Amino acid sequence: MGIFDHFMNLRAVYIHIGWFQISITNLIVIIGMLTLFGLALFLPFPGNKKKGQK
Amino acid sequence: MSTSTEKEMWVSKLRKGWQKNLPIEKLLPDTQPAYVASWIYLFGVATLASLGMIIATGLWLSFEGAQWYHTSNVGHFANSMHFWSVQFFFVFMVVHLWGKFWMAAWRGRRMLTWITGAFAFVGSIATAFTGYLVQSNFDSQWISYEAKDGFNSVGIGSRFTVTNFGQMLLLHVAFLPVIIGLITLVHVLLVRAKGVVPPIDAFNKELGERK
Amino acid sequence: MSDRRAELEAAHWGGRTRRYDLIKEGVVAVVIIAILVGALATLFGSPDEKQVTFKEWAVAAPADFYATSVQELAGSSGTAGYGAPYNKASDGINLGPLYLAKLLGVTHPVDTVNDFVITPLTTVSNAAPVADALKTWQASDAKSKATWATNYDNALTKVNQDQAKVPAGNYGPVPELAAGLLTMAQAGSLDGALLSQGNYFQTDNTKQTLFLGDGTYFNDKSTASNLQGSTWGMMNETGRYPGQAWLWLYSFWYQIPPFNNGDSHPFGANADAWIMVIMGVLSFSLILMPMIPIVNRLPYKIKIHRLVWKNYYQEENL
Repeated sequence: MGIFDHFMNLRAVYIHIGWFQISITNLIVIIGMLTLFGLALFLPFPGNKKKGQK
Repeated sequence: MSTSTEKEMWVSKLRKGWQKNLPIEKLLPDTQPAYVASWIYLFGVATLASLGMIIATGLWLSFEGAQWYHTSNVGHFANSMHFWSVQFFFVFMVVHLWGKFWMAAWRGRRMLTWITGAFAFVGSIATAFTGYLVQSNFDSQWISYEAKDGFNSVGIGSRFTVTNFGQMLLLHVAFLPVIIGLITLVHVLLVRAKGVVPPIDAFNKELGERK
Repeated sequence: MSDRRAELEAAHWGGRTRRYDLIKEGVVAVVIIAILVGALATLFGSPDEKQVTFKEWAVAAPADFYATSVQELAGSSGTAGYGAPYNKASDGINLGPLYLAKLLGVTHPVDTVNDFVITPLTTVSNAAPVADALKTWQASDAKSKATWATNYDNALTKVNQDQAKVPAGNYGPVPELAAGLLTMAQAGSLDGALLSQGNYFQTDNTKQTLFLGDGTYFNDKSTASNLQGSTWGMMNETGRYPGQAWLWLYSFWYQIPPFNNGDSHPFGANADAWIMVIMGVLSFSLILMPMIPIVNRLPYKIKIHRLVWKNYYQEENL
């Protein structure tokens, strides 16, 4: 059983905007994905010195 | 060795085709193009690693039986590993898809790589769906009750009975993983064979144009 | 010119390269993912809300169970009037002139009267009133059965499922049959009878699921967990666990007109079919996206790729 099992099995909290609603957890997942995408694009990638042609 | 007058054997054709399109140096390279230098490139391997975890934890669950995880703490942990592996799999796969779209990664005769990848995505959703159906808990009961209407409405329900636990379980652990596995294998081999797509403006100088 | 570009882009890369350990990358990825998955599994576990049984339903909501049993006998339940693939009671959902389910016929026959009520009752030893009611029912003709069941169903509906308020009427053995099934369910033996359906090995839960869904109790539980289709339920999970965010687009269509109104024709009443078709088309569009005009030019117009290859472009002065 998970350490926070009890907390995770409580009723989910939803954000309602008109006909749109989403659970906080799903929102975290989606924001997380967008953040990962943004970080992947903007974070510098190591080891880019010019190397000789193979 | 066959002489030139004899018809070429199928095995020879296969071997030569394989050696031409996917020699071992392309399958297991020790270099990559210098432009492969962005974190976005890691989402493909992250997706594959997640798939590996899904399969490993899935095999663990299947060895112990469909009801094991409801009554065993170890089983619940195995189920939890499987659940979070699936979440990671979809997160990484979708970010990988976003990356590949904005890189127009189908260029340079890589259309089939895109197609197999998209098929793998859609197929994964179907596989995950059967997984949700075989949890044998309230969620499975509800999902099967609701989903039957969608499939019945277009006639698919005549063969694909979402409320049939036995059918869904076998599809989830045997039929669909084999299909997805094969599609994924072809997708990965295509990436190896064709190489990572070059940048969009990489050949502007050669072509004398500005895109 | 674009053929020449395609040729250059397809050719083996002859430019600068860098060291790359494919196997190490794969191994490191697996180790990191395994650690992350293990951590989340340890911290949060996974959802496993207990399955609903007929015993639970009959004990928690006996009036609802009783009324549903009557509906199964009267043929007024959702399952009884569903149509293909379960029965021929209705034409079912259509896509314009196409009644696809009806076309493919009854491939999974369900007889709500016998499968859900009469046959299970015959598998147990019933108290005298129920045993007598069963004998009466089995000895009667179809017209009498239909009349009794419909009369009682209508009467029960008029008094809001309050059995005590039903006036006297021509109901035959129906009230005793429903009472007998309720007793059977509360004792737990209906679960076993419906599961086995007379067999030893049985893995098809269709009949149980349909019967369960005909009642209000099961649906109310789902509403409480925000799993109904009309509230983006397809994306949701029980508890606070992440759901199926990848089903967002499938779930979306059920929230908007005309699909969010089950009474509107032709689209609302047949939403399931139309949305399946829409999602099928969109899925194929995703698969064939590089061939779709305008969409396949977006990466060239919105230059996110400049971020992916920013180092390369700087080094090559592109």
